[in-house]
Amino acid sequence: MNLRAIWAIYAFEMARTGRTLVQSIVAPVITTALYFVVFGAAMGTRISQIEGVQYGAFIVPGLIMLTLLTQSVTNAAFGIYFPKFIGTIYELLSAPISAFEIVIGYVGAAATKSVILGLVILATAFFFVPLRIDHPLWMVAFLVLTAVTFSLLGFIIGVWADGFEQLQFVPMLVITPLTFLGGTFYSIDVLPPAWQTVTLFNPVVYLVSGFRWSFFEIADVHIGVSLGMTALFLVACLAAIWWIFKTGYRLKT
Amino acid sequence: MSPIISISGLSKTYATGLSALKRVDLEIRHGEIFALLGPNGAGKTTLINIVCGIVTPSSGSVTVGGHDIVKDYRAARELIGLVPQELAITPFESVWQTVSFSRGLFGRPANPAYVEKVLKDVALWDRRKSKIVTLSGGMKRRVMIAKALVHEPQVLFLDEPTAGVDVELRQEMWQVVRTLRASGVTIILTTHYIEEAELMADRVGVINKGEIILVEEKAALMQKLGKKQLTLQLLDTLQEVPARLAPYGLNLAHGGRELVYTYDTKAERTGITGLLDDLSAAGIAFKDLQTTQSSLEDIFVDLVRER
Repeated sequence: MNLRAIWAIYAFEMARTGRTLVQSIVAPVITTALYFVVFGAAMGTRISQIEGVQYGAFIVPGLIMLTLLTQSVTNAAFGIYFPKFIGTIYELLSAPISAFEIVIGYVGAAATKSVILGLVILATAFFFVPLRIDHPLWMVAFLVLTAVTFSLLGFIIGVWADGFEQLQFVPMLVITPLTFLGGTFYSIDVLPPAWQTVTLFNPVVYLVSGFRWSFFEIADVHIGVSLGMTALFLVACLAAIWWIFKTGYRLKT
Repeated sequence: MSPIISISGLSKTYATGLSALKRVDLEIRHGEIFALLGPNGAGKTTLINIVCGIVTPSSGSVTVGGHDIVKDYRAARELIGLVPQELAITPFESVWQTVSFSRGLFGRPANPAYVEKVLKDVALWDRRKSKIVTLSGGMKRRVMIAKALVHEPQVLFLDEPTAGVDVELRQEMWQVVRTLRASGVTIILTTHYIEEAELMADRVGVINKGEIILVEEKAALMQKLGKKQLTLQLLDTLQEVPARLAPYGLNLAHGGRELVYTYDTKAERTGITGLLDDLSAAGIAFKDLQTTQSSLEDIFVDLVRER
């Protein structure tokens, strides 16, 4: 195991985050704070409680997930796409490191950044809405698991992309809609039965539901199902990455 | 001493069907400067990229310092430093950061003193805090060299090191290369400038269309290069070279209508005056004469054209 190489990549990526602090941390926090103001403070007072939880608080787990998913994917995708784009990938490919170590470095850094972001947003939420966390350990577990899984997905997208447009495509046109339709702002119980069934095909439902359960013990699907689906997605991403490095897809000729 | 790099039966066919290398065999000796000479698209970069792990070979094997580049890739790659043809460095880091990063990537423990030495060697020490974007092209190329050297490799690949580089920087670069060689580093450089190979290399390999068509000591090549030929077009056909002209080692050509004298331009005496005197003494008259020199370029062009 080339631990120094993993550390070099990780530290390099974290330094990049540090340099782009406004874009990386401040912007998502401000965006999320706006959601709290609009949906929590302004509109939330007109919406009745959902399963005993004030609406402003109800949307907190969903909003954190929204940021966590898009940021994990974007960061990890950009992290590996950039060396490909400017040509510095040669150094990674010619270094005495395994594919696994490269993934730990990039995905680890992207996930770390997302988790920090999630925690900052959570702290921000306390200023706007009355919040309780019934299962803090589960909350952190879901946070980390989701950040890692979607950073893996982002890594795959970064390897696949051969233009900046493709890099933006998945976060903007796939992750964001799925999150909005995945019960971020509502409980899927309020949907007509047919739409509830359709919604169950949306993987984000399981993430938001499980995460929300760790806060309020209310969930759209059973916590075990949430965990299982997240783990399944994690394994699928790992399998895809294993295949990428085995075949050299889009990395080696 | 066993070779530092041993390449055998190496082939590469790209997905496009392009056959970039065809069963290449090549051995690089410890501590030499080897110039790989060839026209664009000959397979120089493909060969280097396979040894460095950037391109997957279709068949054949490569060992570096006795380590197979596939099975034992960590040990093999630790020995190698690569300076690719294109300038590629992340723009927003400082010189110090990017060079230190490379050392870490190759699994070496942090060693500020060594990073300092490398930066001084490539004359970048006073720019260590500068961001890459603020550097000139020549400085960026030196950063690339520093990145390739900072993990203390035994073999350095320089892919077209002087392409698009001005004369002054080229001189600096050669100075760096000479210093490295003196410290025992083996250097493999690709170029399509023959003068570069002449100036720097111990041995020269010529590659064309994916095949190594010649590997020779530069000194031997230079000897061919230093030779000049004097061709005398005779007035009357000769059956054989007269005995008194034997010391000149003349050859009869064109059915006895030409006499060819090969001489060394770098020798103290070319022997031309003596030859002409002896010719007239022997009563051999000529109507015209011409001299030709085969340069490395000629040899190279001939070799490349034959295939």
